[in-house]
Amino acid sequence: MAAAATCGTGAGSTGSMVAAGGKNNVTSFQRRGPRASGSDSSYSRLVSIAGTRPSVRNGQLLVSTGLPALDQLLGGGLAVGTVLLIEEDKYNIYSSLLFKYFLAEGIINGHTLLVASAKEDPADILQELPAPLLDDNVKKDFDEDACNHKTAESNIKMKIAWRYQLLPKMEAGPVSSSRFGHYYDASKKMPQELIEASKWHGFFSPEKSSSTLNIEPCSLTHGYIKLLQFIQNIIYEEGFDGSNPQKKQKNILRIGIQNLGSPLWGDDICCTENGNSHSLTKFLYVLRGLLRTSLSACMITMPTHLIQNKAIISRVTNLSDTVVGLESFIGSERETNPLYKDYHGLIHIRQIPRLNNLIYDVSDVKDLAFKLKKKLFTIERLHLPPDLSDTVSRSSKQDLAEPSKLLGPGCGVMAGGKKHLDF
Amino acid sequence: MFPELNNLLNTTPDRAEQGKLTLLCDANTDGSFLVHHFLSFYLKANCKVCFVALIQSFSHYNIVGQKLGVSLTVARECGQLVFLEGLKSSVDVFFRAQAEPHPLQFLREANAENLQPLYEFVREALKPVDDGEAAWRCPVLLVDDLSVLLSLGMGAVAVLDFIHYCRATVCWERKGNIVALVHDSGDTEDEENNILLNGLSHQSHLILRAEGLPTGFCRDVHGQLRILWRTPSQPTTQRDRSLTYQYKIQDRSVSFFAKGMSPAVL
Repeated sequence: MAAAATCGTGAGSTGSMVAAGGKNNVTSFQRRGPRASGSDSSYSRLVSIAGTRPSVRNGQLLVSTGLPALDQLLGGGLAVGTVLLIEEDKYNIYSSLLFKYFLAEGIINGHTLLVASAKEDPADILQELPAPLLDDNVKKDFDEDACNHKTAESNIKMKIAWRYQLLPKMEAGPVSSSRFGHYYDASKKMPQELIEASKWHGFFSPEKSSSTLNIEPCSLTHGYIKLLQFIQNIIYEEGFDGSNPQKKQKNILRIGIQNLGSPLWGDDICCTENGNSHSLTKFLYVLRGLLRTSLSACMITMPTHLIQNKAIISRVTNLSDTVVGLESFIGSERETNPLYKDYHGLIHIRQIPRLNNLIYDVSDVKDLAFKLKKKLFTIERLHLPPDLSDTVSRSSKQDLAEPSKLLGPGCGVMAGGKKHLDF
Repeated sequence: MFPELNNLLNTTPDRAEQGKLTLLCDANTDGSFLVHHFLSFYLKANCKVCFVALIQSFSHYNIVGQKLGVSLTVARECGQLVFLEGLKSSVDVFFRAQAEPHPLQFLREANAENLQPLYEFVREALKPVDDGEAAWRCPVLLVDDLSVLLSLGMGAVAVLDFIHYCRATVCWERKGNIVALVHDSGDTEDEENNILLNGLSHQSHLILRAEGLPTGFCRDVHGQLRILWRTPSQPTTQRDRSLTYQYKIQDRSVSFFAKGMSPAVL
């Protein structure tokens, strides 16, 4: 079948594409293709807004999601004016972590934040953001990590699964002085002075629901109407939609909405099958309309596993731009499955938008797993397809093994640089 | 427009048919490339186009249209294209009460019965001009996409009524064409969507169905396109003609090939 035949070459081109979309300074892996050198010059142009960069493919303005590995999978980052929908994992552990990474990235870049939640006070959410990994600490800690792995597993060389050694890593380690996308330490909290220096607006649904409604009753639930009005007010007053031309410095508004669709918002799609089936979809439509006409990007986490009416999930997917699903192994039988023992869950990229283009940057890698190490959230490829290319011979693989330097363990094994691969 | 697709459909912009309803359908994949094709096709065919774009912004279609050889800004300025930008207008409608009925009026209402304001908008946009200026060939209504109307609170019957009214005006009265995109939700039980899809399939003259490959993702074959020619008004004594091709979408065009004959495999 065509799928299997082309996947063998997929690894090679993914490598060069990943390198081309990566940082313009020292990266942790060597480039394979010649394409990367040409695109470096375009990044040296200054972008006018902090924390954004133009997309390689269509010049679309991108912001980082806070997780460089996820940025790569989404084609460089989250496009300004679009919605990223995260389908929550069962106990909302990793999706809330991604939510915090998104907000922390906004604070580091100086973007304005709008945090909306029905469960926690936004001020409390901001207190719990992870601390950014700065370059000098990071190298030290990362080398420590690498050393530990080296001593433990230096005897294990890739004998059978040697092809995994050749894969370029997803952004596993921090890169020195990266301006787009930062790494965060989940065990430490963001310093208080950074939070206080940032500009943020909070929307806590129980507090706002008491005020009067000055919009005609349409089928949206009360909480959604208030949230839309709040967002629209902020966008209008702070000039994110270009309505205040005297603003000197353009900035991005990062909107984070947590647990959208849960009963705490007043929506009953998670409780019953015949609930108000249009409230959430109408909300998403008007929200997307607001985003398209302003300099903002939005991340929404939604407990789709609780939604009773499956038709709503497909409608919500069609109404969002980028959809990423998280599936954690906690509590499922996969937790004890030896196949998944190194990972904490699977990550599914369900939809990537085609913006201003007929084609889009789709990653060849479809089975991805994530794990949360002490400090870093890494996303790795789970399986390699069989290598059906014509030149499956040991001598050709040795040549390829030399230039690709891998950082960090892959699939639990330390990979060397110029080791000969003997069977 | 994609020249290869024109060959498959056996049309050129000069000989575009009239009075036809074309249904675009996508299942497990993104069928928006078909919308871009028909938009640029009818603009090149010198037809007056009313585009109800509910799902993406104007600049998106404009940038892709430029790759395909048409400029939407020029077409809009000279009156060939009437563009209803759903996302932008929805914000206006939702937050500010409008003086006169707006085509997306149903966003403000709790139980909108029908899509009459939208129909009035279409009828007004495709009204034939009487003052003898550059006459366009035939009016065309393009909708991207109808499934969004279901998500916004309209029932399947209301959307079918809307298409029926538009067909009566655009296809029958003014000998124009309608092209509409509907998502096929597949195995998720979206009943309203199935009603809409089945109802439209019975009324259309041409159905273009873009499907994802049943074996999953492939880099060289992005999907499969099924073309079905129908004659809804006549009794089906002869079988409807159907063709299936696989396609790969590139930056500025789409290449079609017979099943299993992808250049990557040969």
